[in-house]
Amino acid sequence: MAHILLRHRDIPDINKLEVYKKNGGFNAFKNAVTKMKPNEVTDVVKNSGLRGRGGAGFPTGMKWAFIDNKNWPHYVVANADESEPGTFKDREIMESNPFQFLEGVAIASYAVGANAAYVYLRGEFWQVAAFLDEKIAEMEEAGYLGRDLFGKDYSLKIHTHLGAGAYICGEETAMLESIEGKRGQPRVRPPFPPAVGLYGKPTIVNNVETLTNVPLILANGADWYKKMGTADSAGVKIFSLSGRVRKPGNYELPFGTTFRELIYTHGGGVQDSHKVKAIMPAGASSSLILVDDDKILDTPMDYASVRTLGADLGSASVIVVDETVSIDWLINKTMHFFRHESCGKCTTCREGTYWMSHITERIHEGHGKAADVDLLLNVARQMQGKCLCALGEFSTMAVVTGIERFRKDFDKVVKA
Amino acid sequence: MSLANKYPKEVKQILSKYPPEHKRSAVMPLLYLAQREEGYLNKAAMQDIAKMLEITETDVAAIVGFYTLYHDEKAGKYRMQVCTDLPCALRGADQFMESLCSNLGIKVGETTEDGLITLEGVMCLAACDKAPMFQTQGPDGIKYHENMTVDKTMELIAALKKSTGEAK
Repeated sequence: MAHILLRHRDIPDINKLEVYKKNGGFNAFKNAVTKMKPNEVTDVVKNSGLRGRGGAGFPTGMKWAFIDNKNWPHYVVANADESEPGTFKDREIMESNPFQFLEGVAIASYAVGANAAYVYLRGEFWQVAAFLDEKIAEMEEAGYLGRDLFGKDYSLKIHTHLGAGAYICGEETAMLESIEGKRGQPRVRPPFPPAVGLYGKPTIVNNVETLTNVPLILANGADWYKKMGTADSAGVKIFSLSGRVRKPGNYELPFGTTFRELIYTHGGGVQDSHKVKAIMPAGASSSLILVDDDKILDTPMDYASVRTLGADLGSASVIVVDETVSIDWLINKTMHFFRHESCGKCTTCREGTYWMSHITERIHEGHGKAADVDLLLNVARQMQGKCLCALGEFSTMAVVTGIERFRKDFDKVVKA
Repeated sequence: MSLANKYPKEVKQILSKYPPEHKRSAVMPLLYLAQREEGYLNKAAMQDIAKMLEITETDVAAIVGFYTLYHDEKAGKYRMQVCTDLPCALRGADQFMESLCSNLGIKVGETTEDGLITLEGVMCLAACDKAPMFQTQGPDGIKYHENMTVDKTMELIAALKKSTGEAK
């Protein structure tokens, strides 16, 4: 099947404006601005069943419809902060199929009445931002961005904004704080950004992959998109496959593809032909799926099915863990990450991640007692439901499921 | 010399991105600009930006302290930032880092004697399928180096050393 998002794999040089145009590029945006009302655009996206690809899976069209039309101006922010360990899809889109992404930003902006959009890239994507700046300039030159587009009363500017190395800025309200020139710390919600967002104005924040779907949904219709994937999860998804597999990488597949097909058909199987021990389907923020029965690999990867395994699909950053890996080592790694990235605003997360990482380190280095494992589990469970944003909550996922589902790995390294 | 005098074109372009009543938004790009030459930010640079944006020096220092890509201390000309997070570690990043340390004769966080390289361990850089990998942060911005080996890294360091020598 031809790619919908990673189209550069089928069409060489699609990152050149002429080539993108020749392949139908910008028709959807032009058609929207010249022939459709903004709410009609939102309706098509709503009917397509598109859900946010950043991890939360919130219905995109519904989010757009939440924009507060009594308060102006409006903004669109594209979330290109991509920092979840195991996620590396948005970078490939922006580097190789940039115009489709930018056209998606433009269509979203028209749909919600925004005349300015920001692409928030993680600071490490310095080169990607410079590249996007070139592409934005080319679009301005060609009349796809700027004033009175297509002879209509609609103007749009797109700007890039670089972060500077803070995972938390992927959380949408922290991202808005960061664009405002502040420390990236999440806001208390509600109000949500479609009501009170950037500079206190209604704002829609969407992930890069989500927006990249939009031009083709508009061009081909909601029904075309809905036919792919499953009833619960429409369309295609880029699965970032990493960890102990032979061929890690991005694979664009319909929702509902099984773990087995991803890992064995596309990923070439596990390194050194080891067995899969655990899967983290949503990066470091995942619950650990225990693969103690080979049949688990036949689970379809869609939001609802993955939930039956006691985990979430999230951003579909599938980290494969084999039998050579001990889970006490693994959660020590994830805890080190969350402790480093906790923004420090809420006490639960700031203190919780600090103490959890102390305990995981002690256990992993062989200085832990059996009671430490219970203490760790206790701290993690106490944090749940009490953090200001998802970071704190997610930091407990691998810890709780790691201990509950792989207790033997801990018992082996602690003193009686 | 103030940033606005030194880089008038860049400063104007950065300020034009944000609504004039929200010029505080320009603090992050301005900090990158101020950090460009020396690789770190001193007090005078932060004061200059605070004045330009009509915010306090503390506001600026809070940004520098919060975000890991801003530095308030001098380091090597290039910061070599190796990802040792979970997905990279599953593909040998910790061993890569260890060999790199022994080849360079420094520990993580230290700088080579010639002042060229500071070796750092960092969190996920969104290149998990191309481990071991690192980024270099230096006068020419941030660059990714993927699917690396120790040999390839030592070649890169030699090339950086050569180009630095020539620039002098």
